[in-house]
Amino acid sequence: MASSWRARGDQPGVVSTELLSAADVARTIARIAHQIIEKTSFEPSNAADVVLLGLPTRGVPLARRLAAAIAEFTGGAPGVGILDATLYRDDLRRRPARSLEPTALPDGGVDDRLVVLVDDVLFSGRTVRAALDALRDHGRPRAVQLAVLVDRGHRELPIRADYVGKNVPTARAEQIAVLLTEVDGRDAVLLRRPQEADRQGGTGRPGGTG
Amino acid sequence: MRHLISTADLDAISANLLLDTAERLKQALLGREVRKLPTLRGRTVVTLFYEDSTRTRVSFEIAGKWMSADVINVSARGSSVAKGESLRDTAATLAAAGADCVIIRHPASGAAQRLVDWGGSINLAQRAPSVVNAGDGIHEHPTQALLDAATLRERLGSIAGRRIGIVGDVLHSRVARSNVFLLTTLGAEVVLIAPPTLLPVGVADWPCQVGHHLDAELAGLDAVMMLRVQAERMRGGFFPSAREYSIGYALTQRRLDMLPEHAVVLHPGPMVRGMEIASLVADSPRSAVLEQVRNGVHVRMAVLYHLLAGAPEDRG
Repeated sequence: MASSWRARGDQPGVVSTELLSAADVARTIARIAHQIIEKTSFEPSNAADVVLLGLPTRGVPLARRLAAAIAEFTGGAPGVGILDATLYRDDLRRRPARSLEPTALPDGGVDDRLVVLVDDVLFSGRTVRAALDALRDHGRPRAVQLAVLVDRGHRELPIRADYVGKNVPTARAEQIAVLLTEVDGRDAVLLRRPQEADRQGGTGRPGGTG
Repeated sequence: MRHLISTADLDAISANLLLDTAERLKQALLGREVRKLPTLRGRTVVTLFYEDSTRTRVSFEIAGKWMSADVINVSARGSSVAKGESLRDTAATLAAAGADCVIIRHPASGAAQRLVDWGGSINLAQRAPSVVNAGDGIHEHPTQALLDAATLRERLGSIAGRRIGIVGDVLHSRVARSNVFLLTTLGAEVVLIAPPTLLPVGVADWPCQVGHHLDAELAGLDAVMMLRVQAERMRGGFFPSAREYSIGYALTQRRLDMLPEHAVVLHPGPMVRGMEIASLVADSPRSAVLEQVRNGVHVRMAVLYHLLAGAPEDRG
């Protein structure tokens, strides 16, 4: 069960710095929504042509908020769904079997639509790769884009985001914790570093699974 | 989780985890063109069946294949078992050939557990295969109970606090035993309803109630699970005649009308229409027989996922 890497409360022996406040998170989401509207030439009359798919856990509320923002700005509500890519991960055999999250695609599926994958943190890129594989089995979108709240670097695959809320250069031993009201009770983005800074460390894979 | 031998080994957390996983797999595959997940690529699953089976075997095979495992079917007929090979040697052969998981159905109660015990003693470079009990004699059939629970959860919305009647040949039923443990673990109240001759010795110690009069129980049930009368396991007279059994314990249209509006009818199959269940009842919208089969695939996918997808928890 994946409980330890989901723990986002304050932990002893860890220094937390707030990178984004609740107001910053709201502004950032609004900005990404505007960028999606612009880049996809979003038409309220053809709103279902764009589908936002949140990657569990925190990509899901992010996708819902982006969709709500787009609807507010344009009057047209894009499709929203959940895509759990656990079954497509390349690291399944490295840890005990994970529990699965729900998957829910909007009516009409993803065929010939523009899909925007939404996640909280972009790290190694492996989650996104798994999501792309999962998406391929659900249908054939016209195009796929990626929106993330934070890009923390350390890519292990040739993957980049189309929409980035904030670029944060990090050391591997540091953790990015995105907190969202729906899951964590408040909005914030924190940078956490272990007090006895083990900068070369990074054998583990703390926070932001990819 | 390393093996699945008995539902008595499952606590509420792991039972719910399996049911949740099954539900999510079902969602993930819903309406898809490509019903194939890469999750168990490179894993080898062997079904080893010493008894006849349609739905269990087929659904295990589909479950494995939809998750990209290599599934090999071995039946007693047509294998070296017919030449006199012992279960132990057959099991060692499958392990040596590279099976990651052996799904076994056997007429002897305890056969699956024996496989687990031998796995520890067989000296192999790789780890011993996971064992899934697909029915051992009159002992247990855990994946059947899991798919029954999945179907009940889907139809009723919840299992905790529900009252579920299991009717008929409890004595010879591994399905009944597995269901009693699982459903009580999940918080349901189980009542076994059968003639005294078809109840096992020691049933008083099971975590359930016992009744002998079906008509008296029907109004209080949220679900009724009809069991097949297992003529092939019967030597001697357990009831005077098939007709007399039917009069006392078959689910007829009259009895269906005595159930509450929301109650569900389950049957693990194969059904003997006219014996324990009337044809009209089996085909009525209250019956969830085909949903049970459909859920069987997802539940078995969930079991294979939790046994085979993750890192090995322990060796042995």
